[in-house]
Amino acid sequence: MPATSIALATDPLLRFILRRADDALVLGHRLSEWCGHAPMLEEDMALANIALDLLGQARALYAYAGVVEGAGHDEDAYAYLRDPADYLNLLLVEQPNGDFARTIVRVWLYSAFMDLWWQRMTASKDAQLAAIAARAVKEVAYHLRHAAAWVVRLGDGTPESHQRAQAGLALLWPYAGEMLTSEPDEAALIAAGVACDPETLRAPWLGRVKAVAAEAGISLPTTPFSQQGGRRGHHGEAMGHLLAELQYMQRTYPAAQW
Amino acid sequence: MHLLLKFIDFCKIVSYFSGLNLKDVAMYTQGLTHEPEAAVHAVGDEAALTRFQARIDGEQRIEPNDAMPAAYRRTLVRQISQHAHSEIVGMLPEGNWITRAPTLRRKVALLAKVQDECGHGLYLYAAAETLDATREQLYDDLLAGKARYSSIFNYPTPTWADIGAIGWLVDGAALMNQIPLCRCSYGPYARAMIRVCKEESFHQRQGYEIMLTLARGTPAQQRMAQDALNRWWWPCLMMFGPPDGESQHSDTSTLWKIKRFSNDELRQKFIDATVPQAHFLGLTIPDAALRFDEATGHWQHGAIDWEEFRQVLAGNGPCNNERMAARRKAHDEGAWVREAALAHASKQAKRAA
Ligand SMILES: [Fe+2]
Ligand SMILES: [Fe+2]
Repeated sequence: MPATSIALATDPLLRFILRRADDALVLGHRLSEWCGHAPMLEEDMALANIALDLLGQARALYAYAGVVEGAGHDEDAYAYLRDPADYLNLLLVEQPNGDFARTIVRVWLYSAFMDLWWQRMTASKDAQLAAIAARAVKEVAYHLRHAAAWVVRLGDGTPESHQRAQAGLALLWPYAGEMLTSEPDEAALIAAGVACDPETLRAPWLGRVKAVAAEAGISLPTTPFSQQGGRRGHHGEAMGHLLAELQYMQRTYPAAQW
Repeated sequence: MHLLLKFIDFCKIVSYFSGLNLKDVAMYTQGLTHEPEAAVHAVGDEAALTRFQARIDGEQRIEPNDAMPAAYRRTLVRQISQHAHSEIVGMLPEGNWITRAPTLRRKVALLAKVQDECGHGLYLYAAAETLDATREQLYDDLLAGKARYSSIFNYPTPTWADIGAIGWLVDGAALMNQIPLCRCSYGPYARAMIRVCKEESFHQRQGYEIMLTLARGTPAQQRMAQDALNRWWWPCLMMFGPPDGESQHSDTSTLWKIKRFSNDELRQKFIDATVPQAHFLGLTIPDAALRFDEATGHWQHGAIDWEEFRQVLAGNGPCNNERMAARRKAHDEGAWVREAALAHASKQAKRAA
């Protein structure tokens, strides 16, 4: 591992892969913060399980990014030696966990989309991405089932849980639109059948989210999807703190083996 | 883990309060759990007690529906629940490093390890429930400060090397204690231990591998590794409980074949296994009196500071307050979630009726 921050090439395929790897790493990291502190032991297990799946997806994607970039960067170089502006994750996944309701609502919104996205990606013209998708699609189906079931329990449960689910949704909703849009440098990859166009998943995603919200008895916010920029490295305040923790060891002891 | 999870997920709501009955599931008990001798004779008639002892002596497994003396049941509930509490509280010191693990491989391994410990807690609560205890009551006892957990988890994890030291030494000591429990007379506990021991042995190797990497690393890493060994060595020796001469109550546990080795025997096995491992790492055991006794073939250790042990058990260890506060906070802040799950389940039931 190099001792200082790495710079990223601008290759569209590399950036396409890193965006999804960063989503998985950052959300996996957030979920791992719950371990030992969840509302019940079964949720310590379940949230850790989802986090482990996401970290596994991130590692597979980083490994492939390393091959695509060809600059000798391994998974840890990407995870530990990039500055915040070179992280390309959605703003949605970097937000602090908040309470259990907000945590679950985020997993639900994200997984409802990623379940569709990975399904499409199993048909990617890029064999490596299709192989990663084939595994991820099974994992995300479970994440979605688990989170959606909790959204229904919380929405339907008690006045307090209903209010918390509704508040979590209101807080996260402005960030949810970012995953439904593609970046300009992804157009050629979409045209070539390597990447899937997230715009085409907008309607099915919204349909799924509406159905679960209806079952939960919560209402979808009418506020716009006003927040984006993570895909280009424009992050919020939480991101620096997240990376300070995530990267602490590699930054404190440069170039050591662990 | 996925399969287990789906099962747990499935029965989560019904089980959380009613008591999950996995039956066939699950050392952190420190030899403090034994019933006074007199209690054995206080229950059941003499003939029944003789029949029970004959089954034990014949190495027959006792199963949940079998007749058993009330004191046998109480001893087991106390030991198994202490063990379960230790697994759960034990998630905290290592959980402290999940978000700061130095590589993705280490991060995944640590998260999976802490998740395993949670799974051990669940198997063990389930094993206790085969003895008519409820997880809810046992857990309330922990939160109320009425139940014990292993003293070892009241020590802090200030550096990454503590993650290596815990795996190597704490999981190693736990394993030493738990291997004989795989032959414990109570079936569900013995079977749970078989499963737990497989995972603990994996944790132990993983921890040792972290220590090895540090010991072969930079001067800063070597220093970190030695410092962790310095801090964990003596508390790990205390994990086996007070010296044999001082623990008056282990007779019945031995008689009932719950316990198969004495505290000092297990401690000695651990030291004999661990000293050469430390030497291979190039680390120094923080015991000036440590020496190999050619005549007995054992490593002789210096005096253990039992006053420190008593202080930690009395609640005065470095992290007792933090650990209990963290468990209570998770429980209190999760109350509305558990209430919501119950409320939804009962609404569902009404709608179905
Ligand atoms: Fe364990
Ligand atoms: Fe363990």
